[in-house]
Amino acid sequence: MAAAAELTLLEKCLGLSKGNKYSAQGERQIPVLQTNNGPSLTGLTTIAAHLVQQANKEYLLGSTAEEKAVVQQWLEYRVTQVDGHSSKDDIRTVLKDLNSYLEDKVYLTGYNFTLADILLYYGLHRFIVDLTVQEKEKYLNVSRWFCHIQHYPGIRQHLSSVVFIKNRLYTNSH
Amino acid sequence: MRLFVSEGAPGSLPVLAAAGRAQGRAELLISTVGPEECVVPFLTRPKVPVLQLDSGNYLFSTSAICRYFFLLSGWEQDDLTNQWLEWEATELQPALSAALYYLVVQGKKGEDVFSPVRRALTHIDHSLSRRSCPFLAGETESLADIVLWGALYPLLQDPAYLPEELGALHSWFQTLSSQEPCQRAAETVLKQQGVLALRPYLQKQPQPSFLEGRAVSNEPEEEELATLSEEEIAMAVAAWEKGLESLPPVQPQQNPVLPVAGEKNVLITSALPYVNNVPHLGNIIGCVLSADVFARYSRLRQWNTLYLCGTDEYGTATETKAMEEGLTPQEICDKYHVIHADIYRWFNISFDIFGRTTTPQQTKITQDIFQRLVARGFVLQDTVEQLRCEHCARFLADRFVEGMCPFCGYEEARGDQCDKCGKLINAIELKKPQCKVCRSCPVVKSSRHLFLDLPKLGKPLEEWLEKTLPGSDWTPNARFIIRSWLRDGLKPRCITRDLKWGTPVPLEGFEDKVFYVWFDATIGYLSITANYTDQWEKWWKNPEQVSLYQFMAKDNVPFHGLVFPCSALGAEDNYTLVSHLIATEYLNYEDGKFSKSRGVGVFGDMAQDTGIPADIWRFYLLYIRPEGQDSAFSWTDMLLKNNSELLNNLGNFINRAGMFVSKFFGGFVPEMVLTSDDRRLLAHVTLELQHYHQLLEKVRIRDALRSILTISRHGNQYIQVNEPWKRIKGSEADRQRAGTVTGLAVNIAALLSIMLQPYMPTVSPLFQKLENDQIESLRQRFSGGQAKAPPKPAAVETMTTAGPQQIQVLMDEVTKQGNTVRELKAQKADKNQVAAEVAKLLDLKKQLALAEGKPLETPKGKKKK
Repeated sequence: MAAAAELTLLEKCLGLSKGNKYSAQGERQIPVLQTNNGPSLTGLTTIAAHLVQQANKEYLLGSTAEEKAVVQQWLEYRVTQVDGHSSKDDIRTVLKDLNSYLEDKVYLTGYNFTLADILLYYGLHRFIVDLTVQEKEKYLNVSRWFCHIQHYPGIRQHLSSVVFIKNRLYTNSH
Repeated sequence: MRLFVSEGAPGSLPVLAAAGRAQGRAELLISTVGPEECVVPFLTRPKVPVLQLDSGNYLFSTSAICRYFFLLSGWEQDDLTNQWLEWEATELQPALSAALYYLVVQGKKGEDVFSPVRRALTHIDHSLSRRSCPFLAGETESLADIVLWGALYPLLQDPAYLPEELGALHSWFQTLSSQEPCQRAAETVLKQQGVLALRPYLQKQPQPSFLEGRAVSNEPEEEELATLSEEEIAMAVAAWEKGLESLPPVQPQQNPVLPVAGEKNVLITSALPYVNNVPHLGNIIGCVLSADVFARYSRLRQWNTLYLCGTDEYGTATETKAMEEGLTPQEICDKYHVIHADIYRWFNISFDIFGRTTTPQQTKITQDIFQRLVARGFVLQDTVEQLRCEHCARFLADRFVEGMCPFCGYEEARGDQCDKCGKLINAIELKKPQCKVCRSCPVVKSSRHLFLDLPKLGKPLEEWLEKTLPGSDWTPNARFIIRSWLRDGLKPRCITRDLKWGTPVPLEGFEDKVFYVWFDATIGYLSITANYTDQWEKWWKNPEQVSLYQFMAKDNVPFHGLVFPCSALGAEDNYTLVSHLIATEYLNYEDGKFSKSRGVGVFGDMAQDTGIPADIWRFYLLYIRPEGQDSAFSWTDMLLKNNSELLNNLGNFINRAGMFVSKFFGGFVPEMVLTSDDRRLLAHVTLELQHYHQLLEKVRIRDALRSILTISRHGNQYIQVNEPWKRIKGSEADRQRAGTVTGLAVNIAALLSIMLQPYMPTVSPLFQKLENDQIESLRQRFSGGQAKAPPKPAAVETMTTAGPQQIQVLMDEVTKQGNTVRELKAQKADKNQVAAEVAKLLDLKKQLALAEGKPLETPKGKKKK
């Protein structure tokens, strides 16, 4: 998904009515937001955080110092690890690490839904839809988290809904 | 909390420098681990530094750790810092790890190390100097400074990698490096060993994967996007609002065009093509077409412009050709001159005169220059050994003799060059020479010839060059060629030949000889002008008021930049000499060379038969103009450039702008109420327009074409984002917005049509109705006049006219719709949505097939399981 399209989705789920315009820069098509008062903003997570503030939903950036740092860490992870590589092996490592991280967590920060969940959901969508039933079961915690986020009100929008099976089919495989 | 670090891990630098911020807020323990130790339980790959928080959670990103320390100290995050940190993670780090890998692991130095990071460093430097703040995010040192400083320190602490010209970066780096927390961090991590302290750690890391080739993207455009200042916007808007009255009055073209004292007078010549060859695409782009773009531009600027060219008709080759075809040389010239003229007419070359060198004026002017040279002692006589055919009773010029190559033994070597080994041959060295006409064996005889005494003219030549070259627009290759000729020393050059077909030599004892073409061909420019107007001397003996631009391929540089100037200087008759010598490199054909004898490549007369309009040819040839380096014509590339740039970018924009104005607003430019976005767009367009002027004034024709395409890209994006086709159906405010967007777009389209005129001057399938008389009215409208200005219908009906246009429009739409479908599929969008878009695509394809008169393709039935 192009970054501009993703930011438009984000605007909608933040309830921002006026659609911003984005241009894309360079080979990686980095989004640029031309703000009316001041210089332009460049970069997916930078613009996303800006939109969150615009919508007065700062809590999505985390409440404590720790939470804020964790949110930014996963946003960075999103643009460097999830977007940076697309070889199957790299993605498998991402899913494996995330699966292990999410073992004891509902959301990326623990118990609070944040911007990190939204952008990681958007970023992983194209990989998750391609997973086999067996793989979804292998990355069980990711699946649980992903399914949860896609049902979060207003997040999924036109993206296809990924089906997860509730009963386990491959109980012996791991 | 506990910080895990590793010996030589560069991430420790910013983390340690930032740790001080958290002092007193939390207890910080530091543990050193091995470079391959997995500290974070959920990460597969080892990662340091890592901060384990008291909650048990881990921060494994260097920036996140630094951010946390800053947050603890009460600092609040802001957009600018976020932007710097995102840039650091996505742009700087990949470049920097490549540079450090080269430097530390592979032991490379200098440019190898610096080149991956050059762009990133320049970006920081520009940002600092643009904002004129000492720090990245404002007046005080902050998170962004520490993170970037820490990342850059290992490389930049070696002054070799911190160039002086990046002054702002330099002082920023020095300021930070001298601060106490940074100093201490640097000492701890690098241990005064410099960058080698990182070696044990970096050696254990996988080789960084960095995207090569990223550095060559079209960054300058984007760089400018960012640097738009308020003043620039204000100026662009002011110019827009000023409207028509700020335009200079249009001056009718004079006939004949003559220079006017006090005005800019531009005399343009294109190298004279040799008459008995049909020019190929390389010849066309090399001189006539390049010169034509400049001439048209020059006329648009209302400079007094005379553009001339003609066929070079004298010489051996014409005589040979005449013999081959059983015609007289004059008949050959008459026949081929017409072929040339037709080709250039088809390519819409806007010569003021396309003449020829076989005229009485040519004889008169050449002989005059020659007499003056003789009178001033610049002509020498000498004896030359030459082959003479006793049977035909004449000396055999190079091409009239054939024989065995003295170097490779090839049987059919010509008198000047062997076609097999390519070596240059002196005709008398040929073994078993034969007269090409009667096949008898010629004998060596000596013959008297005249020489131009170039060594004697060297001094005035160098004085002239010293005066002319600095600040002129001579292309670098031309300067280089002239310099190397001067360095090798000038030698007398023979200026006569034993031929009949040429300008007679007006000297006793030389009645049966003519001038060698390279002495009199360049004089052709003067004689052709003299045939155009009897006041030709106003152009050619007026060096103070006339700027002479001469276009040619680089093989012609010595004659224009050296030999003719020597003749003209020696004649001491105040001739106008070349002010700007514009030489192209060579255009290859696909992977090889154009070859007339082998029939490889597209020649001028064939281009007409391809069914591709002349303007498309012009566009593509100019797009690949061998400016600065050789380039190659390629059919696939031509298709690609035409479809992507001309159709999808430029054509698409102009079509949409025109279509909206005629469909939604009845062909009248609607009222426009500018928002700040519109004003920014105006400023962007203005910036590109300035760029276009700067480039064309320097005759950088290919580069200026890029500016045009950039403007239409801006325009496309503007339409795409503002969606006037939707807004027109909306509320009153929406409709007004649609009007503004359409009005601005159609004005930009009008501007583009003018900017494009030098490149694509005539009716082309895409811009047909935006041409000729309507261009003038649209041009006036763009300068700010709106609906109240001349209410002529804006003119685009391209969609409904002839077949080929419709087909192109349809092909364009099919491509676009195809992309939409692919995008949706890639996004795994809902099936219904995809199906709907696919149906649209199939419908478009059907329309296209009908328009092309092709049988309908039956959809390939996918088997469903």
